Amino acid sequence: MTGEDDPTTGVMTEIRVWRGRAADEGRYDVYRVPYEEGMSVLDALVWVRGHVDSSLAVRYGCVNANACKTCMALVDGQVAYMCTARLTPAGGKVEPLPKRPLIRDLVTDTVPDDEKLDPSGRRE
Amino acid sequence: MYAAIAAARNDASALLLDKSLVGRGGATIIAQMTVAAAIGHEEPDHWTDHLQDTLAAGRELCDEGLARLLCENGPARIFEMDGWGAHWARGADDRIRQVKAPGHGRARCCYVDFLNTGPGVAGTLRRQVSTLDPVRRVSNIAVTDIVVHDGRAVGAVGLDVVSGNVVTFAAKAVVLAAGGLTKIYRRNSASTNMGGEAYALALWAGAELIDMEFVQFFPIAHLAPRLVGMDPIMWDPFRYKLGGRLLNGDFEEFMHRYGGQDSGTYTTVRDQASYAILKEVEAGRGSPHGGVYLDFRHVPDATLRGAFGPVIDRLAHNGIDLTQTPVEVAPTAHYHMGGIRVNGRMETCVPGLYGAGEAVGGANGANRLSGNAITEALVFGECAGREAAAAVAGTPHGWTARAAEGAVERLNGALGATDDSGIPANVLQQRLQTVMWENAGSFRTADQLGRALDGIREIREAPVAVRPTGSYNLDIQDRLELRAMLTTAESVVRAALGRGESRGAHQRLDFPESDERLVGNQVIEMRDGELTARWPAGAGR
Repeated sequence: MTGEDDPTTGVMTEIRVWRGRAADEGRYDVYRVPYEEGMSVLDALVWVRGHVDSSLAVRYGCVNANACKTCMALVDGQVAYMCTARLTPAGGKVEPLPKRPLIRDLVTDTVPDDEKLDPSGRRE
Repeated sequence: MYAAIAAARNDASALLLDKSLVGRGGATIIAQMTVAAAIGHEEPDHWTDHLQDTLAAGRELCDEGLARLLCENGPARIFEMDGWGAHWARGADDRIRQVKAPGHGRARCCYVDFLNTGPGVAGTLRRQVSTLDPVRRVSNIAVTDIVVHDGRAVGAVGLDVVSGNVVTFAAKAVVLAAGGLTKIYRRNSASTNMGGEAYALALWAGAELIDMEFVQFFPIAHLAPRLVGMDPIMWDPFRYKLGGRLLNGDFEEFMHRYGGQDSGTYTTVRDQASYAILKEVEAGRGSPHGGVYLDFRHVPDATLRGAFGPVIDRLAHNGIDLTQTPVEVAPTAHYHMGGIRVNGRMETCVPGLYGAGEAVGGANGANRLSGNAITEALVFGECAGREAAAAVAGTPHGWTARAAEGAVERLNGALGATDDSGIPANVLQQRLQTVMWENAGSFRTADQLGRALDGIREIREAPVAVRPTGSYNLDIQDRLELRAMLTTAESVVRAALGRGESRGAHQRLDFPESDERLVGNQVIEMRDGELTARWPAGAGR
């Protein structure tokens, strides 16, 4: 579910997010987000986009159902789906997949080669 | 995907565009429930019985031709998918297992264990589509306009999300299969790309919509504790199999206050359950997150495990032990009965433009039976692909760059602008979701719907923050999506205002009864940039 209204517990947590458009020219932005028990890393990123910085690029589809399998990233150094990786009050760190070409921020090129637009752009 | 498969085997080539990754977005992937088709494996059944049940649920508003197509061709699609390796759950006798969902007179709902129907169906279609040379798949294309030339659909304009470039596509025919609109509501069970873009694209291209007032709300979607890795509407099969008591925030049963009865059974119809839950919350008797409790504490652990096996483990991983704690549930926007107006060949009134799947309106009338959504995705997709291929065989492309100029310019304009002082589009989307949730939910009045129109107008006029474009620019994607969401939301509200009665999923608190004079389907069209709702001859007022 998106945009649901959570009762504010007042507890905040911090998420460090890798931002950048080239793998060697990035930075970590730190966001404070309201913490709710059981929240996912994706919940935190969606909150950041809606409340702090909408330009944060992140790929996801089914919103926490773990059905589309498109929200993979490095969470605290481990490859994980951001929709099932939990955030704790101690915070967490999210980075793009290291072995995939970077597109922007947390989005890497996970599109199968035969689903890409022809570089010439022209097709019958 | 089914449309592309059907086009390919009818000697056409197909280009399959998806805003997310092909076959990983939309509603199907998230659907964990069932697919209804009268294959008669579980017990004797016939498609005409399925049709009777579908028409009864539709409360006199189903397009009988489309409903018949859905029910008659459902079995062929189930068997074809079986041949492609869909892992329909089977019994010891190797027959496909079917369950009886509410509203169906027979056990006719096929499924993939455990709660894996949607991913199973989507995976099967993805594999099948990838084996077909005539089908070219392109992921991450957000289509922003259908190109129409001499009154005919001749292609599309879109944004290549990854590069940020504008792209154009020439096509002899276009099938819109981009799903429903539930993302226009604050609480929804939607994927991120269910913003109703198919409806807006159809309207802008000159096609008509029908039954836009009929949005299906699911009464007991999961609300809390935080549950990840599951479809929020997963509690439905739990309730058919195990019952489960609905309790308000004071842990009291409440359904009897609204003319229903609950007591651990599952007999209250969806609309009544939604109404009762919303009223309890309004009266200050909701659960902490603004819903009610669904309680299975009376069901022994062994019974829970016997019914749902590995799902119980997934719940445990979410910290949910049903024998100890009730969960919080609330109504959520779940499906849309209305949509693009098509004939029995899936043709819209714009030659060359077709609809398929949930984007099509009419088959389910005023309310949809559980299990009919994936069936219509399969059946209507197959029909649209086959018919489109037949219609364009031997015809030349009608594409002209000039016809696409307006759409390309509009998109380039959106990409080129910079204004940091405005409001981010995703924030405006959230405002729209709140406006629609509060004023155009399942229970509406003329006053609320008027406020919804005001809210839509304010959001449309609000300054939108735009930042320089580039690769994977979600601000731009959100802005393009917002434009479509506003058009679609307005069409829902105008249709809801036009129907001064209560029927199926459309409940007008200011007109609580059904009105026989309104047995008919409202049509929404866009004329000179304005949306209008009209009744067919002989219906309405």
